[in-house]
Amino acid sequence: MTEETKSFEPTIIGFTCNWCSYRAADMAGTARMKYAPNVRLIRLMCSGRLDPTFVFKAFASGADAVLISGCHPGDCHYISQNYKALRRFHLMKRVLTQLGIEPGRLKLLWASAAEGAIFASEITKFVEEVRALGPLNWPQPGEQVSTPIMEEVTA
Amino acid sequence: MSKPKFAMYWAASCGGCEIAVLNIHEKILDVDANFDVVFWPVAMDAKYKDVEAMEDGSILLTLFNGGIRNDENEHIAHLLRKKSKILVAFGSCACEGCIPGLANFSPVKEIFDTAFSTISTDNPDNIRPQTHYAMPEGEITIPTLYPVLRTLDQVVDVDYYMPGCPPESHQIAAVIDLVIQVLQGKAELPPKGATIGAGNSTVCDECKRKRNEKTIKAFGRIQLIHADPELCLLEQGIPCNGPATRSGCDARCPSAGAQCIGCYGPAEGVVDYGARLIAAFASVIDSDKPEEIDRILDGLVDPAGQFYRFNLAGSLLKAAKPAWKSNGG
Ligand code: SF4
Ligand code: FES
Repeated sequence: MTEETKSFEPTIIGFTCNWCSYRAADMAGTARMKYAPNVRLIRLMCSGRLDPTFVFKAFASGADAVLISGCHPGDCHYISQNYKALRRFHLMKRVLTQLGIEPGRLKLLWASAAEGAIFASEITKFVEEVRALGPLNWPQPGEQVSTPIMEEVTA
Repeated sequence: MSKPKFAMYWAASCGGCEIAVLNIHEKILDVDANFDVVFWPVAMDAKYKDVEAMEDGSILLTLFNGGIRNDENEHIAHLLRKKSKILVAFGSCACEGCIPGLANFSPVKEIFDTAFSTISTDNPDNIRPQTHYAMPEGEITIPTLYPVLRTLDQVVDVDYYMPGCPPESHQIAAVIDLVIQVLQGKAELPPKGATIGAGNSTVCDECKRKRNEKTIKAFGRIQLIHADPELCLLEQGIPCNGPATRSGCDARCPSAGAQCIGCYGPAEGVVDYGARLIAAFASVIDSDKPEEIDRILDGLVDPAGQFYRFNLAGSLLKAAKPAWKSNGG
């Protein structure tokens, strides 16, 4: 890890489902478990509600990584929607990689309402992994490209 | 009374939009009858300085096709914005980047390497274009390429969007009819920012193929599959972009036996075209096991190209990171 990445605090957007993973996060909180403060959680009703647009929007708006979490396979409160999330996750990863976003910046985590400790330790682990990848620094609207770059392309 | 003025311009595009306009056949005479064509490089001789000399806002209608790839494109976009009352992003390139926008996957250096130094190019001295060159007669210049292609509305304010690669001629004819009716006081213009000359639903909605519940065990390329002529192509594992694509073409490709590739751009309400397709494709894959899902996805050989063929520059991420990073070297 370089000096730069050591001091870098990643911004991570985390999507949780209402029934399991949000409760896991809640439990971690009420039990005063310590975990890295880098994740901004957004609660959805179910991981199946996770529109891939949310993930792309998060990256485009400056997130360094995105966490998707939901109930364990078989436990989704809407029967099988977390499998849909699983398939979307796999496909998104492929597309993001082609766009130059490392697959390690997107994580899928299953956590039951009782797994506060697992949720907390997985987040801490994820933050370290993203820290090692460094900032994503996706260009923001406005910081556009009007500066020509002919140096490297002319003979 | 002098006729209202009309202009059409091509920036980074292929010229197909111009052909589509000419393809409206005798309707083109209506354009001539109702408008004074003041600037249209493909059809008439006019110089940029002629446009520069026009009064601001003096052109009633400008159809602008092509994306913004270099400083000349950008200059003319600003110029025509200033001179036009109604500026239409005409065709997929101006609306969302289209095929020229696919170059946003690659850094400029790679684009130049491919264009000037690959085996199919006879260029033994590896000569590259230079933006400025001193000749005995004086300095000559060519436009400077930008790191990424931008859509028209990423550069100037746009009044209307007319999607399609190219827009269907009957849609162009209908839009021209509408503008003429507006001129005669018989109709009103749609609200600013509207998409014109297209439908409000999806290509699937206009597609006549039979649909059942979609469950996909394998994706395959269309040339390798004996497709049932009646059945939805996506159901047969052929990656068809109909579910996310705006209607307006009468589902031409699926009717002709080919999958929709998405040239009419995102359907109404779709924020990111590729993300919508990821949602749609992932939903119909018939597997709950990670390894099997991965194996099925291997059948989509180039997912980003599949989902962003027309829309990369207009998408939320706009370009691949290596392309952005070529900004400033
Ligand atoms: S997916 Fe393609 S073939 Fe199927 S209904 Fe939609 S447009 Fe038609
Ligand atoms: S309710 Fe938790 S993943 Fe569906």
